[in-house]
Parts: sequence; structure tokens; C-alpha cells
Amino acid sequence: MLTISLTHYVVLSALLFSIGLFGVLTKRNAVAVLICIEIMLNAVNINLVAFSKYITPIDFTGQIFSLFVITVAAAEVGIGLAIIIAIYRNKLSVNLDDFDWLKW
Amino acid sequence: METSIYSVIAFYCLAITILGNAALVVFARNIVHSVLFLAVTFIAMAGLFLLLDADFIAAIQVLVYAGAVCIMVVFGIMLIQRPDMKDTNLFNTQLIAGTGVVALVFAMCAILAGRTAWTDLVAMQAVPENTIQVIGALLMSKYVIPFEVVAVLLLVALIGAIVIARDESGAIAVDEGVKANAHD
Repeated sequence: MLTISLTHYVVLSALLFSIGLFGVLTKRNAVAVLICIEIMLNAVNINLVAFSKYITPIDFTGQIFSLFVITVAAAEVGIGLAIIIAIYRNKLSVNLDDFDWLKW
Repeated sequence: METSIYSVIAFYCLAITILGNAALVVFARNIVHSVLFLAVTFIAMAGLFLLLDADFIAAIQVLVYAGAVCIMVVFGIMLIQRPDMKDTNLFNTQLIAGTGVVALVFAMCAILAGRTAWTDLVAMQAVPENTIQVIGALLMSKYVIPFEVVAVLLLVALIGAIVIARDESGAIAVDEGVKANAHD
């Protein structure tokens, strides 16, 4: 109990990922869904950095990977907000249940 | 692996902070409060990265997530929300189905994490003291092509965000001006 092993980090990351997934599936506001996707990506980062420390401490594979994940997540949140703003101009709503143009 | 009592206490405190604030992000009814809790989550996660000997990632986490991403999301909310912020972050009608799916995903992750023989994989080495020099050298040698591709991706995202979020009325005004010139 008094040591922190890799399993602790993996379980923490799985819990955080589940919280983010729950938000993505059940939130109504498009910005909230974007935030929850960020939480999921952060959970993945915890996993990558923990693997980097415990399994490949010399190669830094996980840390480099998480750097790229952070970059792509920043690009994703910028594009996502731009899309939400563009949709809001047309639809005057950010409720995801209103976004049904592609439904047939 | 050295594990002092302080790092164990720090891990549990940070884990409780991260999970509690992430739950508050999901369950808060006001979207601005959600972003506030999100910033706390990100900063606690930077502490967890420090615990994992990744000081550069921790600094980047604070700079990019707690700084840039949270502020950008707040700006986005201010651009699109009505003035009344109450009840802006509600649940949809798929609450029960979503809970079921999430429970399945977490059960699968937990079972697999429990069954995997991590002890065979763990390398008995310590992370080097100065991580920044090593990461910088790796980014410029072994990972230089992904590094450049990510730079292009950021440029594309920048231009794409400007093009997508550009005000339509401005574009229409330009079109009308062009038409007026054509009539002349």
C-alpha cells in the first residue's frame, strides 16, 4: 500500500478517462463536450508519462509522445471552438441536440 | 524504485484533487465554473507530472493547458453564450446509456490493468536528472520529422481557425462591394 506502482497511475488515468467519456456522452453544451475531450487527452498523457518513467526511463518515448499529444490537443481545441462559433452564428445555439443537419 | 512516504501522500492528494475537480467539471451546471475547475485539474496534473520526474512536461502543461487552452475556452464561451450563465451546462437525455458505456469502459480498463504483469516490464533505472536537454536533443535528432509535421499542423490549425470563425457579415460586405464595383 505504501508504494506507488505503475498500476496506480494506470487506474487513475482510466478513472479520469471515464469521467471525460461520461461528459462527452452526456453533456448538452458543445463547449462542455470539447472540455471533456481535453480531460480524456490529459488522462492519456498521464499514462504516457507514467510509462515513460517506469518502462523506458532512458529513451523518453512517452514524454515525447505526450508533448505531441499536447500540441495536437491545443490545435484541436482551437479548431473546435472555431467550428462551434461558426455553427452558433447560423443556428444561434450550442445545444448539440439542435445540430441535426446531417441527419436524414 | 525509491518511494518515500511524501511521494505517496503527494500522489493520493493530487489524485483526489484531479478526480474531484474533473467530476466537478462534468457535474457543474454553469459552464464558466466548469472551466475554472478544469484549470485546477490541469494544474494538479502538472504536479503529478513533477512526481513522475517529467519537469518539462509539467511546465508545458501549465503553460499550454492551464494558460492557453482554458483562456481560449473562456473566450469562446463569452463569444457564444447568452448573458445569463445559469444552467448553461446541463445533461442530455442519454444519461443512463452513457453511464452504462462508461462503466463498461472503466471495468475493461481496470480488469486489463489488473491482469497485466507490469512487474516484468518495469525497468530498474532512474530518469536522468536534466530531462530538458535530453528532450531537446531527441526532438531535434530522432523525432525531427514529427516535430516539423506538428509545426505545419499548428500553422494549418491557425489558418483554419481564422477561416472558419471569420465573420460571415464581413465576407458578405466584401461581396457586395465587389458587386457594386462590377455594376459601375
